Amino acid sequence: MTGRGPPGSVVHVIEVNELTKRYGAKTAVDQLSFTVRPGQVTGFLGPNGAGKSTTLRMILGLEEPTGGAATVSGVPFRGHPRGLRHVGALLDAGQVHGGRTATAHLSALARSNGISRRRVDEVLHEVGLADAANRRIGGFSLGMKQRLGVATALLGDPPVLMFDEPVNGMDPEGVLWMRRLFRRLAAEGRTVFLSSHLMSEMENTADQLVVIGRGRLIAAESVRDFAARSTGLGVVVGTRQAAELTAVLTAAGASVEPEGSAGAEKLSVTGLPADRIAALAFEHRILFDELTTRTASLEEAFMELTADSVEYQAGQTR
Amino acid sequence: MTTLASATATTSAGSLAEPPARFRDLLASEWIKTRSLRSTPWTLALITLFVIGSAAVATMADKAAGSEPAAFLAYDAFPKTGYMTLILVAGSMGALTVVSEYSSGLIRTTTVAVPDRGAVMLAKAVVTAALWTVVGTAASIGSFLISQAILAGHDAGVPITHPDVFRPLVASALLAPVCALVGLGLGVLLRHAAGTMLTSVFALLMLPTMFSESNRWSADVKHATVSAAWTRLVQTWEPDPASLGYTATLPGSWAVYALWPLVAVALAVVVVRHRDV
Repeated sequence: MTGRGPPGSVVHVIEVNELTKRYGAKTAVDQLSFTVRPGQVTGFLGPNGAGKSTTLRMILGLEEPTGGAATVSGVPFRGHPRGLRHVGALLDAGQVHGGRTATAHLSALARSNGISRRRVDEVLHEVGLADAANRRIGGFSLGMKQRLGVATALLGDPPVLMFDEPVNGMDPEGVLWMRRLFRRLAAEGRTVFLSSHLMSEMENTADQLVVIGRGRLIAAESVRDFAARSTGLGVVVGTRQAAELTAVLTAAGASVEPEGSAGAEKLSVTGLPADRIAALAFEHRILFDELTTRTASLEEAFMELTADSVEYQAGQTR
Repeated sequence: MTTLASATATTSAGSLAEPPARFRDLLASEWIKTRSLRSTPWTLALITLFVIGSAAVATMADKAAGSEPAAFLAYDAFPKTGYMTLILVAGSMGALTVVSEYSSGLIRTTTVAVPDRGAVMLAKAVVTAALWTVVGTAASIGSFLISQAILAGHDAGVPITHPDVFRPLVASALLAPVCALVGLGLGVLLRHAAGTMLTSVFALLMLPTMFSESNRWSADVKHATVSAAWTRLVQTWEPDPASLGYTATLPGSWAVYALWPLVAVALAVVVVRHRDV
């Protein structure tokens, strides 16, 4: 749990402890605590305005927390005189000067950290911008700027990487490339922390999730556990004998909701697994033509949980 | 470097060994930023030529008027039009070095790379001061040489070794870095492009014109401004004791030159350390 392991070693975790940020009367981040571990991709989810970016900025020491603390590898990030070898971050792809070339932009950053000029060419090659290296950033597409932001994060070969909405503006090929990059960085043993509001992206990329709403922690668990939280899980049965089947299943303890139209009726069943439903239908000689187990998508789980949090918060402020 | 990294054999995480944090790396970094902007060489060349050109025009106009003593004619090398414009441009460019980072958000990228914010600001100040000292020196020596070239044909030239030449030359060379640093400090305090430009024009150019030298307090305020200090330092004749106005002292004017940029940079360093980025 702590950033310090055995003597002389450092575990590259991001630790957020009771972190709070208030802007006047507005509380952007409210006593947030979570841990991001190495070797995994951890997704940071929340609706717009949930406080994700504010949290990332506090972890990076750009903003002073009103309360609580955040550490990276056991120490506050601001304590490092130079940062690129400790944490690589892409906060906003627009945070560049459009008048500079990609090479000049990265060279200035590399030089400030005593990183060689050769490394600049390496990362530009790695993110696929080698051909655009000497073009001015002002002419880059958003996707290219995102790649440049990733190059910035990789510059110091850091053990901890943080990306804020990295796939914004990327084309499908770019999204796929980024997903592979995140997986690879995690496989190399790095700590990868990734904010997004795109649930589908997390489903394909992340191992762990930290979900927040209105600045508060909603969940911190594996992607699988999170998806299983959704109450939408159930089985859909298509049958012409809807009334009989409903009676049988209800008697067996399931809850049944009719779906679909008359003549091609479907039942949404929760509380019984598909194999039990099939067995009961067979016993009672009820014919069904469809039997589908519905797996909850991350999207649904997310919507449900954040909606709860919003209602809860609104009630609290009153 | 990391137990975790070495435990997972495939990793290269954290493989770049960290060298000591050196201030001169920050200077080099800020210099890359400055020279990589296309507008930098253009602006610097144009303002230098403008200042030298204005010295040529002023000298020719004065030469046509005729019979001044030679020492007074050295004053023609440093005309107000040229150097007020230099104040404007140096102040604005100094401000832009930080304002452009704030308006684009680049300051956040910079701060993640170098969490020691005060050191970044100091490096910016050193690079700005050095760059504008070079520009100011080129403009000032150029002004003097072109003015002398015109006057020499009129038997009114003075050599660069003349006692009344050195002080105006140095004061004019240092005017640019002084103003650039004031602009930089204001840029850090205000972070907003238009607001910073207006404030630096007001503080450096407009403020001194609001105060006359006819009474003590008003003259004191005026003499505490940069452009009034420059005006005094390039003035090669002693004030007339019978004059009704107050004249600034030379040491006082040098102190104004030192204090404005010092206070501006000190404020900038303190503010960036304590303010959210």
